[in-house]
Amino acid sequence: MTNLTPASAPTVADAADTLIQPTGSTGRPARSGWRMLLPSMTPWLAIGLTLVVGITLFGILAVYVVGDPKQIRDQGLTPPSAQFLLGTTQTGQDVLAQLAYATRGSLQIGVLVGILATVLSAFFGIYGAYRGGILDEAFSLLSNVFLVIPGLPLVIVISGFVPRESRGVWTIVVVLALTSWAASARVLRAQTLSVRNRDYVAASKVAGEKPWRVIAVEILPNLLPVLASQFVFAIIAAVLGEAGLAFIGLGASNSATLGTMLFYAQNGYALSLGAWWWFVPPGLIIALFGMGLSLVNFSIDETINPKLKNLRLYRRRARQAARMERQLARRGAGATGTPATRSTVSEVPPR
Amino acid sequence: MSYFLRKLGFYVVALWAALTLNFAIPRLLPGNPVDILLAKLQQRGGSVSPETRKAYTLLLGGDDTGSLWSQYLNYLKNLAHGDLGVSVSYYPAKVSDVILGSLPWTLVLVGVATVLAALLGVLLGAIVGWRPGTWLDSLVPATTLLAAIPYFWLALILTYLLARVLGWLPLQGGYDVALTPGWNTEFILSAVRYAILPALTIVLASIGGWLLGMRNMMVSTLSEDYVLTAEAKGLSPSKIRRSYAARNAALPSVAGFAISLGFVVSGSVITEQVFSYPGIGGRLLGAVTNNDYALMQGVFLFITLAVLGANLIVDLLYGLIDPRTRARH
Repeated sequence: MTNLTPASAPTVADAADTLIQPTGSTGRPARSGWRMLLPSMTPWLAIGLTLVVGITLFGILAVYVVGDPKQIRDQGLTPPSAQFLLGTTQTGQDVLAQLAYATRGSLQIGVLVGILATVLSAFFGIYGAYRGGILDEAFSLLSNVFLVIPGLPLVIVISGFVPRESRGVWTIVVVLALTSWAASARVLRAQTLSVRNRDYVAASKVAGEKPWRVIAVEILPNLLPVLASQFVFAIIAAVLGEAGLAFIGLGASNSATLGTMLFYAQNGYALSLGAWWWFVPPGLIIALFGMGLSLVNFSIDETINPKLKNLRLYRRRARQAARMERQLARRGAGATGTPATRSTVSEVPPR
Repeated sequence: MSYFLRKLGFYVVALWAALTLNFAIPRLLPGNPVDILLAKLQQRGGSVSPETRKAYTLLLGGDDTGSLWSQYLNYLKNLAHGDLGVSVSYYPAKVSDVILGSLPWTLVLVGVATVLAALLGVLLGAIVGWRPGTWLDSLVPATTLLAAIPYFWLALILTYLLARVLGWLPLQGGYDVALTPGWNTEFILSAVRYAILPALTIVLASIGGWLLGMRNMMVSTLSEDYVLTAEAKGLSPSKIRRSYAARNAALPSVAGFAISLGFVVSGSVITEQVFSYPGIGGRLLGAVTNNDYALMQGVFLFITLAVLGANLIVDLLYGLIDPRTRARH
């Protein structure tokens, strides 16, 4: 059995996708080529992108608009007002200004860890599986061990041993990346194993291509959607991990992140003083950013997972059926006939 | 049988790796525990003589005179005797005693909350995944918000709302400090009351992941041939859902349970800090702030052992439940 299925070949689901399209009524051409790898625009994807882009822009641009986040004033703990949109901290610092700088700090760490963790997981997952043999066994054992050792306690212990003065952003980035690559490496290994034996990979090996070229040109493109999804999750995990670490006072000593902001809020008794404007915004930014990335990931997942892709087709069919139903009802074609249409649509699970 | 042997072998390796990691971390990293403690002592106006230094070194068990190899063997020997050293912050209590004292709190809190979250999540996931494409299904992406919320921040918000604004539940701690710990109704009721808020946090923060995983598995399972067969046989939908779809879709959730346990323990470490809960996570952070290195390492080792043990049990059980896992190897 040949496994010659390049990533861009239309699958059965897509064939059905184009068939089901009422040709002419929408006039949209069938999705083809690399565009197929892009998730189709759904309301959830739109929300996700808006959140991610909005928060990223806030982190990048707002620092040029807001004032000095460290400036101390004699207006401590004022609630949000026209002067301070998000109120002030105990020492009269502008919460909005702090939020802008903290968002930037958190995003920087998140992206750095995301890149580093993805590179690590790609190395241990793809290279090991490609080479096979004892190297694969060793790499796979290593990632399994890293997977079962609980990450955050390990990070806490490592950060606890590094003196505060030498605990910079890079320390945190490296530690977080080291403890978060294992799960992705395992998935990548499984994927590589299935791609490795395909005919075109074998062909390029026989043709005498160098290993790095076979991996980069023949194997890697097949794994790109998975890598993208893992990168997204690595960023979420890193932002959350850093926030947790900073919240307990183990963050980088020279950084302002959402976690350090929460740390100062907690230590400044924001909770018992009822200063919600101090501790609600940083957490909300983390949660919304994570939600945005998850929604984007959700859409990537529906594109790369054929079974979920069928689901999308199924949904579309259900919507079309509902629309036809409404049209029929409007025409007065007998409301008694409609339940039958509905049940045939919703009783049959997607296949 | 070889499946079980393989699993056991893997956990032996993982255990060795964790022990070695625990040994290597303090020796590889720049900070020297003895130096840090001496610096603290100097700040308080104490005099630092070579004898003090030697005393501290011995106290911390870091007898770094021998070769690295003999230190390593010594470390393993001490561990085999259950000797984790003496805690500095609870001096003169032994690290193992401090851990054993706080273990039940975490075990009950995290255990109950995790099981509850898993059961609820799998149940809801089965319901949502059974009818993909309905309005219920469109709620699923909203659970990603729950999954993306930091544990400790959720804890802060819930504390603020339920404890400070509404005053229904106590703000922090593990029990009413006016009571003395013991097995009497009053104390247990108080402990339960204090555990509601942390448990609620853990359940809320981890339920989304379970729901999503189960729902996706359910959708995949629905397109399997045996579900079609069951439909063709004319079985009732509820029977198909229970005995055919949900049962098979839940299997990966069982496997995921072990791995998620590690994450829940990690998350609860910080949650415990927010609530000043007397559990093992609070001890770990207390040890970090007090430079209590022996306690820090002991707690880390203990958490790792617990997670490894839980993984092993779930792996072995999984091999029993799902024969396919055994066949694959």
